[in-house]
Amino acid sequence: MKNSRFLILGIFFAIVLSKTQAISWYRFYEMFTFQSFHMFGVIGSAVVISMVFMQLFKSGKIKDINGNKIVPKPKKKGIISTLLGGTLFGLGWGISGACAAPIFIILGFELIPALILLVGALLGAFIYGLCSKKLPN
Amino acid sequence: MDFILQPWPWYIGGPLIAISLLLYFYFGKNFGASTNFETLCTMVGAGKVSDYFKKDWKERDFALLFVIGLIIGGFIAAIYLIPNQAIDLNPKTVQELADLGFSNGGNQYFPNEIFGVEAFLSIKGFLILLVSGVLIGFGTRYAGGCTSGHAITGLSSLQLPSLLAVIGFFIGGIIATWYLIPLLF
Repeated sequence: MKNSRFLILGIFFAIVLSKTQAISWYRFYEMFTFQSFHMFGVIGSAVVISMVFMQLFKSGKIKDINGNKIVPKPKKKGIISTLLGGTLFGLGWGISGACAAPIFIILGFELIPALILLVGALLGAFIYGLCSKKLPN
Repeated sequence: MDFILQPWPWYIGGPLIAISLLLYFYFGKNFGASTNFETLCTMVGAGKVSDYFKKDWKERDFALLFVIGLIIGGFIAAIYLIPNQAIDLNPKTVQELADLGFSNGGNQYFPNEIFGVEAFLSIKGFLILLVSGVLIGFGTRYAGGCTSGHAITGLSSLQLPSLLAVIGFFIGGIIATWYLIPLLF
């Protein structure tokens, strides 16, 4: 199956985050309390290098596997949704030390706590789906 | 082999994350993780309750394979690649955590006070994890992305909504670590 490359990429990404300790509760605690450079270095260097890739996508120097131009999807706009949604996510991230991808990775480390986080996250996405039309943008 | 088993510094991890993003786009898809929470809701039948989830999840089979990869990779890393989970924390952080009641700060990836058996079997500990999860699921979908989709993909492609979202992430993260954790523990 041609999509199996995403399976391999998932395994690779999980190993990278695990080995860089970017799934550790302590690493995010020290990031949010500004007591260490580590996570700022990880995220900062990832963003800066990705910016170079984005320029290469834009200029067409890197095309996708089918030869098409790579255009990242524009993010949905909305000042309240991004700021308030971001803040709510930050609260959950700050307490549990988990963001979206790491929840799946942490299953391999702390199975039951990660399952509780995952059930919560699905519940949260479900609640969002129920009331998405009523929420301010 | 020794290098594989040592913790990787930020200047290895950051570039490898960027390469993961590059490959994801090279394979023809938009890099992100949190949309999968919606897809999983659709798969377990949320479409019966709300039209929002009436989508064809098979269109996101690539993302689900990525998620399965994340799970497999997590197990591989946990079992084979990290013989020592100790984290080189700032002594100030260790002391601060000890004052809050977190013993052995940094001797493993996840503190027992949140992830240990006694913690998640207590009502309070269970709710801390569950509510955190709800905030993560709700917040990422409301904001339209998480650390992968907003902080890395969105910031690097210079999208203003992502900058606002990342500011939100930090407002929430700071409130959580500076005020809520001392309140909860």
